[in-house]
Parts: sequence; C-alpha cells; structure tokens
Amino acid sequence: RGKRKIDDDLLEEIEELLITSDMGVQTSIDLMDKIKKQSSKISNAHDLKNIIKSEIYNLMNTDQYINEPPLSKPHVIMVVGVNGVGKTTTIGKLAAKLKNDNKKVLIAAADTFRAAAVEQISLWSQKAGADIVKHRENADPAAVAYDGIEAAIARGKDYVIIDTAGRLHTKVNLMEELKKIKRAMGKAMADAPHEILLVLDATTGQNALSQARLFHEAIGITGIALTKLDGTAKGGVVISICNTFEIPLKYIGVGEKIDDLQIFDPKKFIDALFA
Amino acid sequence: MFDNLSGRLDAVFKKLKGHGKLTEKNIEEGLKEVRMALLEADVHYKVAKQFIAGVKDRALGQEVMKSLTPGQQVVKIVNDELTELMGSSHEALNLEGTKPVSVMMIGLQGAGKTTTAGKLAIYLRKKGEKPYLVPADVYRPAAIDQLKKLGQQLEIPVYPSETNMDPVDICRKAQVAAQKAGCNTLLIDTAGRLHIDEELMGELLRIRDVVKPSDILLIADAMTGQDAVNIAKSFDDALNIGGVILSKMDGDARGGAALSIKSITGKPIKFIGVGEKLNELEPFHPDRMASSILGM
Ligand SMILES: Nc1nc2c(ncn2[C@@H]2O[C@H](COP(=O)(O)OP(=O)(O)OP(=O)(O)O)[C@@H](O)[C@H]2O)c(=O)[nH]1
Ligand SMILES: Nc1nc2c(ncn2[C@@H]2O[C@H](COP(=O)(O)OP(=O)(O)OP(=O)(O)O)[C@@H](O)[C@H]2O)c(=O)[nH]1
Ligand SMILES: [K+]
Ligand SMILES: [Mg+2]
Ligand SMILES: [Mg+2]
Repeated sequence: RGKRKIDDDLLEEIEELLITSDMGVQTSIDLMDKIKKQSSKISNAHDLKNIIKSEIYNLMNTDQYINEPPLSKPHVIMVVGVNGVGKTTTIGKLAAKLKNDNKKVLIAAADTFRAAAVEQISLWSQKAGADIVKHRENADPAAVAYDGIEAAIARGKDYVIIDTAGRLHTKVNLMEELKKIKRAMGKAMADAPHEILLVLDATTGQNALSQARLFHEAIGITGIALTKLDGTAKGGVVISICNTFEIPLKYIGVGEKIDDLQIFDPKKFIDALFA
Repeated sequence: MFDNLSGRLDAVFKKLKGHGKLTEKNIEEGLKEVRMALLEADVHYKVAKQFIAGVKDRALGQEVMKSLTPGQQVVKIVNDELTELMGSSHEALNLEGTKPVSVMMIGLQGAGKTTTAGKLAIYLRKKGEKPYLVPADVYRPAAIDQLKKLGQQLEIPVYPSETNMDPVDICRKAQVAAQKAGCNTLLIDTAGRLHIDEELMGELLRIRDVVKPSDILLIADAMTGQDAVNIAKSFDDALNIGGVILSKMDGDARGGAALSIKSITGKPIKFIGVGEKLNELEPFHPDRMASSILGM
C-alpha cells in the first residue's frame, strides 16, 4: 500500500518522451531497461524522472567539461559541419564572446565555395570586432587557413577561428579537402588546430550520429556546438554522440543574434528535455 | 546484427516453419522490428505507431506467397503501404493563375531555401518559363548577396533588394519589376524562421496576402528528426502550403521526416535536393523514399 506501481502507460509516456527528443531507439531502450531494474527504488513519476535525468547525465560524460585555459597563442579553432547547421553564425557569436573577454580574435574565411559565404562571415567579423583574412571566391581554402594563422601570429592575436564550407560527411573528396585544410594549419603553426569544433543542428535526428562518426574519423573532433535549441527540437541525439565518441558538448546556440551562444550546461539541457 | 530489415524479419520469423498464414502473434513480432527501423529512420513516434497499426490490419490473415519468406512478405506489405502513403505520382509545381505567378520558399533556418530557389529557376527555364528571383531575406547577413550571386551565375534576373527594405514591399515591387523584365514566374526566397516565431510567421502571411502565390513550398532538411511533425504542421496550419521539397538527400539520412511530414500535412513532396550544385534537383520518387526509410 502507498507505493504507486509504475504502470505501462507511464512507461510508454516516458519512452515517447525520450524518442521524440531524438535520443534514438537504442539509447531510449537502454535507459528504459536501467529504469526498470531500479523500479523498486522508484515510487512515483517524479522519482522516475529524476532517475532518468541522472542516468542521462552519466551518459553525457559531463566530468570532462572543465574548460581548460588556452595553452597556445594564437589558439586555433577549426569549425566544421554539414550544410546549413550554423557554422558561420556560431563563429560570429564565438568571436564576439571572446572579444568580450578582451581577447584578440582573427577569423579566416575558408568557405570559398558557397555563394556569398565570404560576405556573410565578413559581416559577422565586423559585428564582433574581429579581424578577417579572406581570399577571392573559389580560392584554395587550405591557403586561407594558412594565411589566417600566419597573420594572427604576426598581429599577436589570441584566437584564430576558421570557417569552413558545409559538407556532407559522406562525400569523400570533401572530407579529404578538410584533412588538407587541417594539414595546412599544422604547417603554419606546429600544433594547430588546437580545437576542432563540430557544429550540429538540434533539429537533426539520428543522422547526427553518422555526422559525428565520419567527421571524427576524418579529422578528430574535440568539441561540439549544438545550434538552434531555441526551436522546439530537443537535440537528444547529442547524448548518444557524447557517450559514444567521448566528445564534450561545449556550446549551444539559442538564436540568430550575436549574444545567442551559451556555454553548455548539462543540468539545464537535461531539464529542458523534460520541460 | 542484421542491418537489413528483411534479414531482421527473417530472423524473427524463423520459428514459422515453411509457409503459412501470417497470424496475429507472428505479425506482431515482425512489426516490432519494422517499428524499430522506422524510428531509427527518424519517423515520428506517433506516425510510426499509426503506420504499424495500419500495416497489421492489412497483413493479418494474408497467405505467405510461395516465392517469399514470411519476412520478405511483411517487408513487401510494409514497403507497398509506405510507398502508397508517400504519394503515388510526381506532382509538379502549381503555376496556375494570371502571369506573373509567384512561388514562395519557406522553412526553418538553413534548410536550403535560397539554394532551392536557384535550382527551381534552372528547372523552370528548361521548361520554357521565364523565372525571376526575389531575395526577401533582409535579416541574415549576406542572404541577399547569396541569391544575387546565384542569379548572376545562372544569368537569371534578380530583384535588387536592399536590407533596409520591408520584405512585403520587396515582393510587391518585384511583381511589377518581373513583368517589366518579361518574366512570368517569381521565385520568392524568404528568410529562415522558426515555426514558433509569431512575428516572422505573420510576415509570411502578409507576403502571401500581397503576392497571392500559386504555390508555397516548405523546404525541409532530409536529416530532420522527430521535430519534423511540429515544423510541418505549424507552417501548413499558418500558410496552407502547396507542397514540400526535401533538401540534402545526397547524404546518408534515411529521411523518415518525409513520412512524418507527408502524414501530418497530406501535402505532396514535389522534389528532392541531391547536392549543393544548382542542377542537383530531382523529382520525388515515393518508392525510392520508402526503401530509404526502411534502410534497404
Ligand atoms: N534559430 C536559430 N537559427 C540559427 C542558429 N544558429 C544559426 N542559425 C541560422 O541558421 C542558418 C544557417 O546558419 P549559417 O551560420 O549560415 O550555417 P552554416 O553552417 O555556416 O551554413 P553553410 O556554410 O551554408 O554550410 C542562418 O539562417 C542562421 O541565422 C541558432 O542557434 N538558432
Ligand atoms: N548537400 C546538399 N547541400 C544543400 C542542398 N540544398 C542546400 N544545400 C546547402 O545547405 C546550406 C544551406 O542552404 P541555403 O540555401 O543557404 O539555406 P536557406 O534555407 O536559404 O538558409 P537561411 O536563409 O539561412 O535560412 C548551403 O551550404 C547549401 O549549399 C542539397 O540538396 N544537398
Ligand atoms: K528547444
Ligand atoms: Mg557557413
Ligand atoms: Mg536563405
């Protein structure tokens, strides 16, 4: 008496919640199994939610999210991802954030492919108050990245952020190009890039796993930025990604304005899944 | 593990010796696998549930065909049902009305609207129409430049929008300008916006009421997850869309969003985008989409 049994309806409700937040079938099933094993400890829906939340927290390997101070000057950040996820916008926001911390920032416009990509990142660099290095359209992106780092060294910048063209992870030639851009950075500065940020769109479903896998295999991802969390999508697929590849989620995008970038907060993120 | 759905189903049905009728029990076992496949492909939770219920009714009591294993038979039923749901024949753009007519591209940020406007411009020119591109995104940095560049590349006229203009005004003036330029079809590229952004959704309504478009196309990313139903429903409820174009189908996304969008709006998927280049637009094929969703 007194103990409410967790009935099938409640469990189905939870399953629906997990799956509709894009957490993926397998991850959702695994979570449900863990909950069922702990069912003796769980007496009501509230406890149930808290247990799921802490299980998700564990899955995300959040202990690795301590922000280390940059070790190199300049600190080189390469930004990659599939088409239209928000790379360029995230760079604009990140540059502004760094400027607010009194850092000197230079952006390299290494998307020389998409129409008006250079104009777009130039406008962002102006807004953020960052220098920009750009070549003409259709120039070699590796050369832009190289020149960007060289210029940043010469000008004593703290950060270099390199925008790259959107590309689907399945396109072998475009992924080879990315490797070449990365190698060029290493030639300009021995251990560059120091960070490779993969931008993922929260609206994306299970395909984000494949994106993370193939970008990681090709160039080694060191962090994730999850954009467009201001919509109704929950971005639950990053939970499997952080768990599978042990890559930390670093930033979230919550709008199109310059200050719409936040440092990832796992508690807030997980609470939002259940909001 | 069997990646292939047929293989997975055959494993489920291996208890069913020889050929026989599909019974309630073995069907249910098999449909669990189908449900997994649909969810892995990003079909919405509720849409998958509804779909499975429909397939179950249809499969119950069917004789297993001599040439097929029970697993193959269920896959066939599922595949047929999915193809039918996805729409049977290719639906063209609606260009009816007094010329010049207008077609609006709408959708979330980064979905592929601007690129698709360029793609449709070539497509229409090949069909003997005279397209006119209209940049109505005054918000995103260099969005107008992007469409102007595409127009230059294609040698298709572009309305000279400026960022300080009002999008509704741009569209009104572009209708006049298009006619003067001897063009018969305006392709209006609107700014990306969230379906929950009331102000910007209101702007789309105002554009629609001024230009009275012959078609309104929701451009949706093939990689979209469970949220596809909310997105599609909101845009359709607000604007009564004429159809959908699914972009970025050239990757490895299974494209379950297509089924979600189709079943929630009932609107046809008219084209798919299969690359960044402006000739990479194809008519939609329901059977191929069904196979892709099932991972076959
Ligand atoms: N609502 C919302 N929109 C965003 C966010 N981040 C970016 N966007 C929008 O998404 C669209 C695409 O952003 P971009 O920065 O151009 O994306 P990209 O990855 O550089 O695109 P490509 O270079 O074409 O591959 C733009 O309309 C942005 O304004 C976000 O956090 N929230
Ligand atoms: N691989 C691939 N990329 C595409 C396809 N369609 C568009 N893109 C790319 O997706 C990115 C975004 O496309 P845009 O046309 O700028 O998208 P949009 O909806 O106009 O974006 P906003 O105006 O910022 O909302 C660009 O990098 C395009 O090149 C496609 O079918 N396949
Ligand atoms: K959200
Ligand atoms: Mg970009
Ligand atoms: Mg656009």
